[in-house]
Amino acid sequence: MSVFTKAIVVGASSGIGAEIARVLAERGCKVAVVARRMDRLERLRGENPERVFAFRHDVLCYEEVPALFQEITKQLGGLDLVVYAAGVMPEIGPNEYDFAKDKAILEVNLLGCVAWMNQAAIRFENTRSGTIVAIGSVAGDRGRAGQPVYNASKAAVATYMEALRNRLARHGVRVVTVKPGPTKTEMTEALHQRGMMDARTAAEIILRKSRKTGEHYLKLSHALAFWVVKRIPSPIFRRMKL
Amino acid sequence: MTAPARTDAAPLPADRIARLSGFGMSSAADGYLFRPTSPDEIREAFELARKAGRQVTLRGAGRSYGDAAIGAECVVLDFTRMNRILSWDKTSGLLEAEAGATVEEVWRHTLEDGWWPPVVSGTMHPTLAGALAMNIHGKNNFVEGTLGEHIAEIEFLPPSGEARNLTPDDDLFFAVIGSAGLLGAITKVKLRMKRVECGDLRVLPVSCPNWDAQFAAFEEMEAGADYMVSWIDAFARGSAAGRGLFHAAWYLTGVSDPAPTLRPEHQDLPDTILGRFPKADAWRWLRRFNRRFWMRRLNFAKHLAARTLGNGRPHPQSLVGFSFLLDYVPNWRWAYLPGGFIQYQSFVPKEHARFVFARQVAMQQEAGMESFLAVMKRHRPDRFLLSHAVDGYSLALDFKVTERNRAKIWDLCHRMNDLVLECGGRFYFAKDSTMRPDDARRYLGEEALGRFRNLKRELDPDGLLTSELARRLRLFENSD
Repeated sequence: MSVFTKAIVVGASSGIGAEIARVLAERGCKVAVVARRMDRLERLRGENPERVFAFRHDVLCYEEVPALFQEITKQLGGLDLVVYAAGVMPEIGPNEYDFAKDKAILEVNLLGCVAWMNQAAIRFENTRSGTIVAIGSVAGDRGRAGQPVYNASKAAVATYMEALRNRLARHGVRVVTVKPGPTKTEMTEALHQRGMMDARTAAEIILRKSRKTGEHYLKLSHALAFWVVKRIPSPIFRRMKL
Repeated sequence: MTAPARTDAAPLPADRIARLSGFGMSSAADGYLFRPTSPDEIREAFELARKAGRQVTLRGAGRSYGDAAIGAECVVLDFTRMNRILSWDKTSGLLEAEAGATVEEVWRHTLEDGWWPPVVSGTMHPTLAGALAMNIHGKNNFVEGTLGEHIAEIEFLPPSGEARNLTPDDDLFFAVIGSAGLLGAITKVKLRMKRVECGDLRVLPVSCPNWDAQFAAFEEMEAGADYMVSWIDAFARGSAAGRGLFHAAWYLTGVSDPAPTLRPEHQDLPDTILGRFPKADAWRWLRRFNRRFWMRRLNFAKHLAARTLGNGRPHPQSLVGFSFLLDYVPNWRWAYLPGGFIQYQSFVPKEHARFVFARQVAMQQEAGMESFLAVMKRHRPDRFLLSHAVDGYSLALDFKVTERNRAKIWDLCHRMNDLVLECGGRFYFAKDSTMRPDDARRYLGEEALGRFRNLKRELDPDGLLTSELARRLRLFENSD
C-alpha cells in the first residue's frame, strides 16, 4: 500500500514530527499524535479534529508503551505506519562531559525509539504489512567533536533500524531510516545555520521516501556528500572541521 | 478524541495480532486471533475481550467472500479447532458435531454409510457453524432450502448468559441461523443427513444459447431435478447474451453395486490435471490468464465446448465432483492476487429475474468490467429472520479487484443493487462486499431489522459481537 491510512507519530508536538502528522492528516490519514506537551497536540488536533487523535506520553515512560500502543491502534481501527520523531539535541560545550545530558539524549533518541519500534515490529511481523520510520540524522554518519552522544544516538538508531529491516523484510514490512540534514526546528534553533531545510519540506520528502524500505537522505546532495564523508579516513577526518 | 495515555484496559498478547481477510482477499483487517477449543474457552475469550475493551468477531473457515468474518482491532475467535464429530447414528442419519467441523469432515464421516449433507456449498471447506451463521444454500436450494432447514438442534452461546439448545420449535432458532455470528456463537450442531443410495449423481448438461434458453431449462427441469445450476458467459452480448451451460442432476437409485461409489477413493478429486500436471501449481498458470483478454476467450471456448461435447447427454458424476466445483483447482483465488476479487450475488424474484440479470450483465459490459465467472441458481424462500432467499433466481458474478478499478466496481455494484431492490430482490452476507447501509435496510425490511436489534440488545447487551460487515452496514444502529 503506498497511501498511509492509519499512523502513529511519536514526538509530534513540534519539528519534523508535527509536520509529518500535519501532512498525513491533510492527506486523509488518521493520525495518533504522541508527545508530552498536550497543548501542542491539542493545537494540531484543532487543525484536523476528525483525523488527529492526541495522546499524552513521555517517551521515557517505556513501560507505558505496550498498553498505549494497543489503545492507539484500537482507536485508529488499525495501523499501517509508525514514525518515531522524538529527539533531543542539547547544547554541549566543546569540553563538556555531562553524563546527565548524555543519558537524556540516549533515552529519548534511542531507548524511546526501541520501546516504540519493538511494539511496531511485533505487530507488523504478525500482520505481514506496515511501515516503520525512524528519524535518524546525517549527524549519525560520523562521530564528531561537537556532539559525541547525539552522533552516537543517531548512529545507534540507524543500526537498530537496519537490524529490524533485516528481521522484518521477509515479512513484507518496510523499515525506513531517514537522515535529514540540518532542518529548521525548535531543536536546531541554536545552530544558527544558513540554508536549513524547513520542517514541512522535510516531512513531505520523508513520507515520499517512506514508500521504499532502506536508509534515505532527503537530498541527493546529502547522499553524495555523506558518501564521501563516511569514507574519509579517521586520521584525516579528525583534522578536519566538519 | 483526546485520550489519556494510561488506560484501564488490560493489553492483549501483542503477538496474537494477525491480518485476516475474506475469501476474496479484497478486504482485510487486523485482529487478535484466538482459537478456542471449547465453550468454556469461548466464554474466557469473551471475558478477555471485555477486560481489554475490545469487541469480538466470530470466524469459521474464513470462506465468506467479503468482510463478514473479519473485525478490525477485534478479538477474533477462529472455531477451526472445535472440529470433532461427537456422534453419528447411521440408522437415523443424525450427526452431532462441534461448530468448527467442516462440510468435508462431515461427508467423509458419513458417506460410506450412505448419507450425504442435505445442503452443501460449492466448496467443502466451510465450518458447520460458519455455514449456519450464513445459512448457506446449495444447487438444490429450490427443493431442499437452506442448511438451517435440516438442523435438528444447535447449542447456542450468547455473550450474555449461559449456553442453550435451540430447535426449530424456538423462534430464536430462526434468528440465530443466518445472523452472521452477530447474536452469539453456535457451538454444537445436530444435522439431519440425506440418505443416498449411490455416490454418483446422474448429470445432464444442456448448452443454452441465450437467456431465454437458460430460464426455459430451469423451468423445464424444476419439477424433477435434485440439483440445478448454470454457468453464464458474462462476456456474451446481443442475441447471445446469457449463453452458457445448464446442469441438472438427480440422485441415482437402483444401481447394482453402489458401495464402492460411496468410498472416499471414488469421491476424491484428482490432484493432477489430465493425470499429469499437478494442480497445486495451477493457480499460477491461471493467474497469467486471469485478465479480461484471456477470460473473454476462455469463456467463449467453454461455451463452444459445451455446445459440442456431451450436450444433452446425461453422465454419472461423483457427489463430490458435482458439488464442490470450487475445490477443483486448489487456491484458485490466488489467481486474483494482488487485489483479490469480490463476488456480487443478488437474489431476484422469478418474475423479474430475466430482466434484472440481463440488465446486470449488460451493465458490467458497459462498464468494461465483465465478470470472469458467472453462475445462476434457483431458490425458494425460507422463514429465517435475515434470509437472503426468494422464490426466484440468483446470479453470482466474480469481479477482479485492482487498486485502479476498485471505485468503479463498487459504483457498478451500487447501481446493480438499486435495480435488484426495485424488483424486490435480496442479498447474502456470505458474499457481500459492496452493500450500503440503506441497501441492507431496504432488503431486510424495518420489521426484521427491528426484531434483530431487539434480540441483539437482549443477547449481547454490551454489543460485544461485531464484524466489518456489521459495521459497514450499520446493522445495530436504528435508522431513525
